[in-house]
Amino acid sequence: MLSLWLNVIAGGVLIGLVYGLVALGLTIIFGVMRVVNFAHGEMVVFGIYIGYWTVRIWDVPIVLAAAIAAVVMFVFGYLLETLVVKRFVNRPHHYQFIVFIGLSLLFSGVLLMSFGPDPRPTASQLSFQTVSVGPLTLDWARIQAAATAGLLIAALGAYLKYSAFGRSLRGAANNRLGGLVVGLNIPRVYAVTFGIGTACAGVAGALISPLFDAQPYLAVDFTLLAFVTVIVGGLGSFGGALLGGLTIGVAEAIAALMFTPSMKTALPYALLIIILIFRPRGFFGAKDI
Amino acid sequence: MTALLEVKNLTRAFVGLVAVNDVSFSLQAGRITALIGPNGAGKTTCFNLVAGALRPTAGQVLFEGRSLEREPPEAVCRMGIARTFQIVRPMKDMSVLENAMVGAFSWTTNVKEARDKAYESLDNVGLAGKANARTDQLTLPDRKMLEMAKALSTRPKLLLLDEVMAGLRPTEAAGVVGVLHRLAEGGLTILLVEHVMRIVMEVASTVVVLHHGAKIAEGKPSEVVADPAVLESYLGAGFHA
Amino acid sequence: MQRTSDQASDIKRWGAGALVFAALAVVGGMSNAYVISLLTIVLLLTFMGQSWNLMLGIGGQLSIGHALFVGIGAYAVAILNIKYGVTPWIGLLLGAVIAGFVGAVLAWLSFRFEVRGIYFALLTIAAAEFARIMFGGWDYVGGMQGLFYQAPSGAIDLGMLRGDARFYYFVALALAAIGVAGTELISRSYWGYVWRAMRDDDEAARALGVRTFRHKVLVVSISAATAAIGGGVLGLVQGAIFPDSIMGMAISVDVLIGPVVGGLGTAFGPLVGSMAAIPLHHAMGALGDALGLPGLNSVAYGAVLILVVWFLPDGIWPSIVRLYGAIQLPARGRIPQLRKVEE
Repeated sequence: MLSLWLNVIAGGVLIGLVYGLVALGLTIIFGVMRVVNFAHGEMVVFGIYIGYWTVRIWDVPIVLAAAIAAVVMFVFGYLLETLVVKRFVNRPHHYQFIVFIGLSLLFSGVLLMSFGPDPRPTASQLSFQTVSVGPLTLDWARIQAAATAGLLIAALGAYLKYSAFGRSLRGAANNRLGGLVVGLNIPRVYAVTFGIGTACAGVAGALISPLFDAQPYLAVDFTLLAFVTVIVGGLGSFGGALLGGLTIGVAEAIAALMFTPSMKTALPYALLIIILIFRPRGFFGAKDI
Repeated sequence: MTALLEVKNLTRAFVGLVAVNDVSFSLQAGRITALIGPNGAGKTTCFNLVAGALRPTAGQVLFEGRSLEREPPEAVCRMGIARTFQIVRPMKDMSVLENAMVGAFSWTTNVKEARDKAYESLDNVGLAGKANARTDQLTLPDRKMLEMAKALSTRPKLLLLDEVMAGLRPTEAAGVVGVLHRLAEGGLTILLVEHVMRIVMEVASTVVVLHHGAKIAEGKPSEVVADPAVLESYLGAGFHA
Repeated sequence: MQRTSDQASDIKRWGAGALVFAALAVVGGMSNAYVISLLTIVLLLTFMGQSWNLMLGIGGQLSIGHALFVGIGAYAVAILNIKYGVTPWIGLLLGAVIAGFVGAVLAWLSFRFEVRGIYFALLTIAAAEFARIMFGGWDYVGGMQGLFYQAPSGAIDLGMLRGDARFYYFVALALAAIGVAGTELISRSYWGYVWRAMRDDDEAARALGVRTFRHKVLVVSISAATAAIGGGVLGLVQGAIFPDSIMGMAISVDVLIGPVVGGLGTAFGPLVGSMAAIPLHHAMGALGDALGLPGLNSVAYGAVLILVVWFLPDGIWPSIVRLYGAIQLPARGRIPQLRKVEE
């Protein structure tokens, strides 16, 4: 019994790291640009398809698929920001939100047109390999995904903290006007930020492609999951995104054990409602929205 | 002469800074009082405390004997205290007339009554001719007047004006002074926060001077300008009015 | 002088509105079954769009989970009617009351802590998705298999709100007319003025004595209640309700697209926008099916939303009004009013 619980919690922690990476992408974009990317889940699904196709066609290891997803999705995010999002950054929040709903519909439609509505199971041998550590039996795909996500989160944290560009990103996040004054190239900062945020989602998607069947309809769930994660941790907070991801991952795993599957899907929303009611700024929330 | 508003030992501390420190003064009904002081003296904080936009750390604000320092801004307004904002804030998707109507809905739910009151308020500040304009068609002095008209529609007993003269040319400011005199003659009590000292001399019957959050002088304008402490505070901060 | 011209424009506006709805009634009398059924949905979404419009366009509060209220209305009518044979009129009333209450609770919880803007929007969608999943797992209401109305006999029964497709067309038309007229009346009432004031500037409105907290709760509650009425009728029209369709994200998008495309905060915008966007969605859906491209309608919706916010942020309807005004004004010599006063 104890080992069952340990296994479930460990599994939740592993997937929680990946959720943390997805949420980090959303929160970086929000923190710097103050836009709320409602099309974030589509970026995850793009990542899942990238993982699916690269593994299927070239049979590359999943880590390499994730690297490919990172590059492709960074470029995609950069271009999306430069061509579209840029025009709406200074518009009222509800207009931005409607534009992102539009983008989300557009991308979901494109996914449906390209791949059809049917799930594509990515049954690589990776999906079935397990590793035993003491009482724990973990599947190898999750360990790889979690380890990669964890490394990326750490690397991104270090990048933001120590590199010149990372510091200017944080400067922009703290004080956009101040950033302008000291001569930051704001348009470029925004485009790179959006690229990084999108890449986070894409990488996370590629990493979980052995675990989730590739399917366009997943996008909305991932978007909302990312929001829940981010709000649990506090919108705009780096550590919060990670903590939120772990919370959701574990809570979901426990719910799956204790309740019916439909309760498991409802759990993030229930959690979001509870958080918004009792602690609307999350654990490490941004002061204002 | 009774005091309409009494400020007693008002204190507001922010992190690492006491913006308003133990300030007391009172406003006489039907008079124009000015709250002045160099930049950073705590005028605007003091103003926001009276308007209910900020909560005091300590002290009291009594309006007609009722304590209002725990009341939210809308309740303060409904008690009879209307305010303007230093940076004008018209409701941008509503016409000038509609802007002026909003305040009237603090005491009536009748649209016709509100419209009549709005016309009256606009007339009081000389904007009646522009009732149907959009707010982005107004010049800066007109926008300042609209702020005042909005406040007047609430039928205030006390009008709080936050730097209404700021950014106006001398001739435009003179127009505002005329409006203020007329309103005061009609029995309205006015508290102005101003940085420009010369204008204050023309309109205010009493001046309260703040410096570093504390009250350093209070009295008739002519007395206050002769006060060495006041002169020093202004000169020290670069007196240029 | 000013008053008379106001009255003249009032008469003109109401006259134009009456004319449009009269024309739609004629259309309903003449069209074939396909057009009737499509327009019925358009008109119902116009009504629900008005309820959403009331909340964002006038009250300034963004909901992306209106499906929650639509679904509550649909289920209230369906449960009472299918399980207990109660007339839909009671169900509509009850659904409106429950949805109004749920909306008020959500708004109260949220605005109490000054949770607003995007947080409130996320709360609405979280609540909608939560309810959708709960209803899907709730056997009493049919779970994912939904609830089915008895097949209509075709005989018109106003007491039980049953009839043929044309009957529902006129029900929807009446609702749309009530929606347009109601928006017009509300936006020029006490509520309309204070709601627009808090929409434009919450803090400034409070300084003018507007009790914005209770007005936000009120506008969300009224919007929710009216959306529920639309949802109740929508369920009847469709003959069956399923949690995924009646409480899904797609309904929330269907509801908001009319006002966004047509013109936020306007009385006619949601009608114009629904008329433009919903048939486009259906046409693209049909085209997509024919071409084997299942996501085409979604792409069309997305593109429309982005392009409208990009190029016509006020929506189609205000642009039409401006164009009409520009043609009309020179004849009356009112050009000087249009000239921008210098800053």
